[in-house]
Amino acid sequence: MILGGRPIFPYGGRRLVSAAGDAPALEAHDLSVRYPGAERPALQGVSLTVPLGTRVALVGPNGAGKSTLLKTAAGLLPVASGALSVFGARVGTFPHRVAYLAQRGELDWSFPISVRRLVLTGRYPHLGWLRWPTREDWRKADEALARLQLSDLAERQIGELSGGQQQRALLARALAQDADLLLLDEPLNAVDAATREVVSSVLRDLQREDKTVIVATHDLDRLQTDFDDALFLMDGRVVARGVGAVSEHSHAVFDLNGQTMVTA
Amino acid sequence: MSALEWVFAPFQYAFMRTAAMAGVLVGVTCALLGVYVVLRRMAFIGDALAHTVLPGLVIAYLNRWNMVGGALLAGIATALGIGWLSRRREVREDTAIGILFTGMFALGILLMSSVRSFRDFTHMLFGYIVGVTDEQLRLFALLSLVIVLVLLLLHKELELTSFDPIHAEVIGLSANRLRYVLLVLMALAVVGAIQAVGVVLTSALLIVPAAAASLLTRRLPSMMALAAVIAVFSSLVGLLVSYHLDVSSGAAIVLTCIACFLLAWVVRAVRERVSVNQAS
Repeated sequence: MILGGRPIFPYGGRRLVSAAGDAPALEAHDLSVRYPGAERPALQGVSLTVPLGTRVALVGPNGAGKSTLLKTAAGLLPVASGALSVFGARVGTFPHRVAYLAQRGELDWSFPISVRRLVLTGRYPHLGWLRWPTREDWRKADEALARLQLSDLAERQIGELSGGQQQRALLARALAQDADLLLLDEPLNAVDAATREVVSSVLRDLQREDKTVIVATHDLDRLQTDFDDALFLMDGRVVARGVGAVSEHSHAVFDLNGQTMVTA
Repeated sequence: MSALEWVFAPFQYAFMRTAAMAGVLVGVTCALLGVYVVLRRMAFIGDALAHTVLPGLVIAYLNRWNMVGGALLAGIATALGIGWLSRRREVREDTAIGILFTGMFALGILLMSSVRSFRDFTHMLFGYIVGVTDEQLRLFALLSLVIVLVLLLLHKELELTSFDPIHAEVIGLSANRLRYVLLVLMALAVVGAIQAVGVVLTSALLIVPAAAASLLTRRLPSMMALAAVIAVFSSLVGLLVSYHLDVSSGAAIVLTCIACFLLAWVVRAVRERVSVNQAS
């Protein structure tokens, strides 16, 4: 490739730029976010710094603002007030370096596309307009499929996969994208034990590769082992910080509400 | 008359050859776009797009302008209008399209009724593929080329935004802009389709071949190829039936499409039965 694998016509009209030194993967200062048309902000006064290469868990009841934080960092929701930067720059500056895994329901699984090609779409930000995937792109997709133990299912139509396999396919796409910041919205929600194992081990590997991972999760049991930091969100505010504090806090809160947490 | 004669004899006439070529062009472009229309659940928009072109056609006719040009302008205006309306939240998208579509269609009928002669208008409503002129054919060929080229060049983006607009947005690809592109391409395709099967039946060319293909394959490229084959076959068979039986060409083409759809349905049912038997 003449341009060293860079897109000739990048999406959004921006040149892909590399990171600015050692700026944190994500930095929020007094961040507020509001859904269009909503009265109350979904996030309010959130400040947080996620250094490069850390794994952060977002915990809290449904509607607490976990998804909102991830979506804002992915550039899907605008910042209402305060500041949010990704790799030291405005959100959306490095589209190829940020991967976002929506909850499984937000994708049309009946669409006629193979698992392999779904994973290949992770390469698209590196291609941009008018460039076809190269052999190297296919190789990265296949590698990612192998890491998530999906090679045998590569040619299946995406709707033929189980829920856990679909979640793994989405994570495989994020790996194929070579993203440095992964934003995962409840990747372990209602998946099988095998998927839990594979996903957890991939998340551990990612840390070794200096990738930053922010995960919205209900899985409190893995908080101590799988994460370096945690935030407990409630009504759009951070109410507890740190793995220990968050797991204590969540036990108290969820007992109070009479809700049972996933403890599988 | 032998079967060969039945098929080939009509094409000794130049107007039948032109009609056949128009049928092939219209069939292919509508089928390719139709696959997106079906997969993205835009069937209603496709129908609306065809109907809203009517006032454009009538105005062009009354002023002796180029009718294809009139349809093209009205189609593109509608495509942009629908794209804009569906982004707003005051009324639901399908309601907004319903209003736009019936309003424009009524306007077309009103304009038609203000003139005495209805003959040419019948052709707008129900199609008149044997009336395609060489000049129109050249224009259809150009439009088809544009459509196929854009579909080819934007294939990966159109595919991605069709099933996962969120990933598209995250990597900086505007799903909404690609929707506009698709709507404008549909407007271009509709112009030819109206000549072939008329305003009322145009959405059939967009929807039916693609729907038939979607029953038989689970891969986007093969779905497009199969839909195109079905559409071309239906156009030619419909044209021949209409020639021999002296019936409306548009209706004959659409009914052949429907027959293909039913056949696809049966093939799928048989296939499923066989695979269930094999599994047990």
